[in-house]
Amino acid sequence: MQLSEHDISLQRLFAENRELIEKDAAPGVNAAREGAMEAFSKLGIPSSKVEAYKYTNLQAWFKAGYTQAYGLNGATSEALKQFECNVHELDSYTLFTVNGKFVAGSNVEALPDGVEAGSFAELSKKYPELLKRYYGSLAKVEEDGFVALNTLFATDGIFIYVPKGKVVEKPIQVVNVLTGEQDLMVNQRNLIVVEEQAQARVLFCDHTMSMSRFVVNTVTEGHVAESAMLDFYNLQNQHNGTVQVGAYHFDQAARSLLNANYFTLHTGVARNNIFSRLGGPHAENHISGLYVIDKNQHVDNFSFINHAVPDCESNELFKGVMDDASTGAFTGRILVAPDAQRTNAYQSNNNLLLTENAKMNTRPQLEIYADDVKCSHGATVGQLDENAMFYLRARGISKEEANILLMYAFAYEVIEKIQVPALKEQIRELVEKRFRGELDKCDSCVVCGQLGTGRAKSE
Amino acid sequence: MLKIRNLHAKIEGKEILRGIDLDVKAGEIHAIMGPNGSGKSTLASVLAGNEAFEVVEGSVEFNGKDLLDLSPEDRAREGFFLSFQYPVEIPGVSMTNFMRTALNEQKKYRGEAALSASDFLKLMRDRKQLVDIDSDLTNRSVNEGFSGGEKKKNEIFQMAMLDPKLAILDETDSGLDIDALRIVANGVNKLRRPDNATILITHYQRLLDHIVPDFVHVLYKGKIVKSAGKELAYELEKNGYDWIKQEME
Repeated sequence: MQLSEHDISLQRLFAENRELIEKDAAPGVNAAREGAMEAFSKLGIPSSKVEAYKYTNLQAWFKAGYTQAYGLNGATSEALKQFECNVHELDSYTLFTVNGKFVAGSNVEALPDGVEAGSFAELSKKYPELLKRYYGSLAKVEEDGFVALNTLFATDGIFIYVPKGKVVEKPIQVVNVLTGEQDLMVNQRNLIVVEEQAQARVLFCDHTMSMSRFVVNTVTEGHVAESAMLDFYNLQNQHNGTVQVGAYHFDQAARSLLNANYFTLHTGVARNNIFSRLGGPHAENHISGLYVIDKNQHVDNFSFINHAVPDCESNELFKGVMDDASTGAFTGRILVAPDAQRTNAYQSNNNLLLTENAKMNTRPQLEIYADDVKCSHGATVGQLDENAMFYLRARGISKEEANILLMYAFAYEVIEKIQVPALKEQIRELVEKRFRGELDKCDSCVVCGQLGTGRAKSE
Repeated sequence: MLKIRNLHAKIEGKEILRGIDLDVKAGEIHAIMGPNGSGKSTLASVLAGNEAFEVVEGSVEFNGKDLLDLSPEDRAREGFFLSFQYPVEIPGVSMTNFMRTALNEQKKYRGEAALSASDFLKLMRDRKQLVDIDSDLTNRSVNEGFSGGEKKKNEIFQMAMLDPKLAILDETDSGLDIDALRIVANGVNKLRRPDNATILITHYQRLLDHIVPDFVHVLYKGKIVKSAGKELAYELEKNGYDWIKQEME
């Protein structure tokens, strides 16, 4: 295909800054840039003509001309002073990234022996064998222009390593902060490795702290080894000048368990690429999402569950509440390989449209090549239940309050999926605030205590 | 308390109520009986403010206010209560949250302070005993997975919580076994006071064995065609509605 002017500007940007980008990166990370360069020259940033990006055209945003995160010097402790991070409300190990760069947090030294959670730039150098084995093994540059772009520019992010048999009970909370006076592009790279029989709970909180435009392209690869468990949560609460593409690629070995939950409570344009490969028998995953959007916000959850072997189970539940002229998309691709017998795969996507201008595109895509499988999928787009509404009002509850109760009732099923009780309670509160329209008025995020940026300028 | 005059109402263009007149005073219990399709449930829905029905003529005065002019929530806040024939299941809304919200919104409307958490829980406990409802049910989502009988008991529990001035029980007895019927009836009797009133909509005499009405009305083709004392209910039980239909035609 022909590259766009923007794509060429990004190629040139890389060529001109390659030395700076590669200066502090691990050799393995730099080596991967060759393939990324070649892939990007073929793919570029996908237009909406690319089937997977049909409902979200991101080409306009991804171009040179923004300040680039790799060129920033951190400037981090200053930025974090604004943080009234009441993180101990949620008893967790806390890490930060500021504009994609790692910043030390608190309590991390208390992690169990041998467990690492820190800078991708540092730890990828400390663990070259892990990097070699896992880096780019799931997020393949030749399959998506955004992965190629990220691999080209990646310098830092988060690296989490939970060695065999280690159990990290408390959540590892990663607060991703975007800030600064200039419009900014960030290519953050994260790697999570959970080895055999190990367990970890990881929470990514994505926030904006200034009103600049942020164009974000994050890639996270997560490996869940045999009989291991990973609980992964992503909470997005960003102003509506944010454009974020988040790729989350998971690979699961036999008898492993993955719970991945995506909460998009406020954003500008959000695209989640959620890939999960069930690669060993009796692996199981539960992938869910809740998006609550209004104004002109846009959320596109694209998921691909790959049942590569027999006897696995996947459960997928995405729900959306959409107000004003917000738009959304959901793609649920499920692939059951020819010999993946006794597969159980369940998927549903339910949407509540509060206005006539809100719009949702939902498409289940099941490809089943085995014959002994149980698969189901369902997609609904609807309005609030009028009978329930009348029932509540007949008890003296105002229309507004009944609305909030019913929206919450619609969403609660996803919140119920949260495995960490304290986190569940905090996200529940946050969602309720969102429904009350109090989220951007609230002083801080109840989960990590981050100060709000106020109502963003409308797009 | 309630004055209905010449009430006409339609649904989807079809006239169901064709001139209802009814007076209910404080302290009274009225029973409205009638064959299927006579408009009993429509009357209950119209009074509660269900927007599916269109009032085309007539007036309803409730404690001096124009009831038809009020939103459903304001009717409830003024002390009107409907026990639904088919209570709605609302997964995700807990009974506790539902009742706390309803009660506090009603209090706010009347300019009263909200109940403290402990007073609210005390009230819940107290009212649960009144209708002998399983503690477990109030910890669940509104009506979700409740049996038919549990749903009806839950309606009476809500009535007990909200303490209305006028309650309409729309076929609260249907689908109840004899024990549940007794519990529901007991609840209603215990809530009876000289300053409140109840309208029972029912098909069967058996509820009226437990809750003794002061007046019995027969609704037929959208009009009240006969009103009398409780003896009318026995007569209907014995002879059915045919003799009334014959009288009418």
